[in-house]
Amino acid sequence: MESNKVAEQLQEYFQSIGNNRKVLTVSPDELIPLMYRLRDEYEFNYLTDETAVDYGDYFEVIYNLSRVPQGDILMVKTKVDKEKAEVPSVFEVWPGAIWFEREIFDLLGIKFTNHPDLRRILLDDSFEGHPLRKDFQWVGGREV
Amino acid sequence: MLRTEEFTLNMGPQHPATHGVLRLILHLDGETIVKVEPVVGYLHRGIEKLAEARTYTQVIPYTDRLDYLAAMLNNLGYVQAVEKLMGIEIPERAEYIRIIVSEMSRIASHCIAVGTYALDLGGFTGFMYPFREREKLMDMFEMISGSRMTHSYMRIGGVAADLPEEFYPAIKKFLKEFPSCVDEYDGLITGNEIFQARTKGVGVLSQEKAVQYSISGPTLRGSGVNYDLRKARPYGIYDRFDFEVPVGEKGDCFDRYYCRIQEMRQSHRIIEQALEQLEELPGGPVMAKVPKVLKPPKGEVYHEIEGAKGILGYYVVSDGTTKPYRVHIRRPSFINLDLLDEMCRGWKIADVVAILGSIDIVLGEVDC
Repeated sequence: MESNKVAEQLQEYFQSIGNNRKVLTVSPDELIPLMYRLRDEYEFNYLTDETAVDYGDYFEVIYNLSRVPQGDILMVKTKVDKEKAEVPSVFEVWPGAIWFEREIFDLLGIKFTNHPDLRRILLDDSFEGHPLRKDFQWVGGREV
Repeated sequence: MLRTEEFTLNMGPQHPATHGVLRLILHLDGETIVKVEPVVGYLHRGIEKLAEARTYTQVIPYTDRLDYLAAMLNNLGYVQAVEKLMGIEIPERAEYIRIIVSEMSRIASHCIAVGTYALDLGGFTGFMYPFREREKLMDMFEMISGSRMTHSYMRIGGVAADLPEEFYPAIKKFLKEFPSCVDEYDGLITGNEIFQARTKGVGVLSQEKAVQYSISGPTLRGSGVNYDLRKARPYGIYDRFDFEVPVGEKGDCFDRYYCRIQEMRQSHRIIEQALEQLEELPGGPVMAKVPKVLKPPKGEVYHEIEGAKGILGYYVVSDGTTKPYRVHIRRPSFINLDLLDEMCRGWKIADVVAILGSIDIVLGEVDC
């Protein structure tokens, strides 16, 4: 599996790199250098998806990278502190991340440092809170 | 003293050429576009949040309301993601039915794309002809699922019901007529001199830019990148069919439009082959044996399919209960819209409509 190979080869360069069920894991500090390496050396030239999940006491930001046109896919994850929800933006590696990250910021409230245009995108500017956080209180609808 | 200044114009959110409730803030220098700021979110319903309070099966009708012009494809992406998570194998018959209905959906969506594109550029006749074929497809969808647009036909483990008897003669008649209908679109729209003048060389998107900005679908392929998930990473049983991936050369509006026309022909080929192979299959179940109450094992899955507008991805996280912990949808229209600003810069105000129409967005999907 691709993630095994990458994790093994890059172990000496990135201390936090790990491989957990076919997913590459890395700490936020080492994220950007790893992403540059994956793009330039491993030819993952296409950011196919970026999203995040609220796990209660921490967030997980998930990147799905692809090789175009071969079609291989690799999942990279990074864990983010809930108290200080900040991740470096990958827009310099793949400019397509700009809207992905705006959406995550809007719905989950994770701040992307260095992001060129970090504003709400789907919700109104005056909206308070981030609805996809598990502790978000909402009126109406069904109880989760 | 003569003084000039930049002029700001609001296009939308209620505007026929924005294909829905999209607002574009146009910064103009005379008639020339300096900057376009797309403002989205007018149709945001919070489907990702709603999904967290529904069971896995109850999420299916919400997926219809994303890209409502190609609802079957949205169903397909979601059910395949959950099946991947649970390790469900679905019956052969259901696989074929899924291919047939999703390619029909792709044709129906492209009919809207080329039809409304002609309308955007002032060709009303070109608008009516693709709608004629779309209407036939809708009738067939109604036979299959009872609904014209929001089918919710697919289930986790198969499809809701087998194809009805009256469907077969209808689709055969459609398949026989359709190639000559596409020839008609070619004559009415593609070959039209005004249409070509409005689209050729306009809004050029380079190959490198398209890949960097995660553009997908006919918009990416129009720029000459041969990336179609049905070929690059076949899902379902797409590897059993013989078809080609049309790509453009220059990456202008015309190439993006023409990719869709050619894709309709390819989808027609796939349906023909799938129908032939389906009729050779013995009758059988269209649903795998799945429990009534679905409890996928703890874990997560990311699954992508080639939607009508581009790569449609579902990221589903399960915590072992009956409800998904998180559902994220990678909507192609949303990401493709990102590059509108750069594609429009330097063009005239009338070209904004041409460029936006060539990306083929649907706001139900952009706003989620």
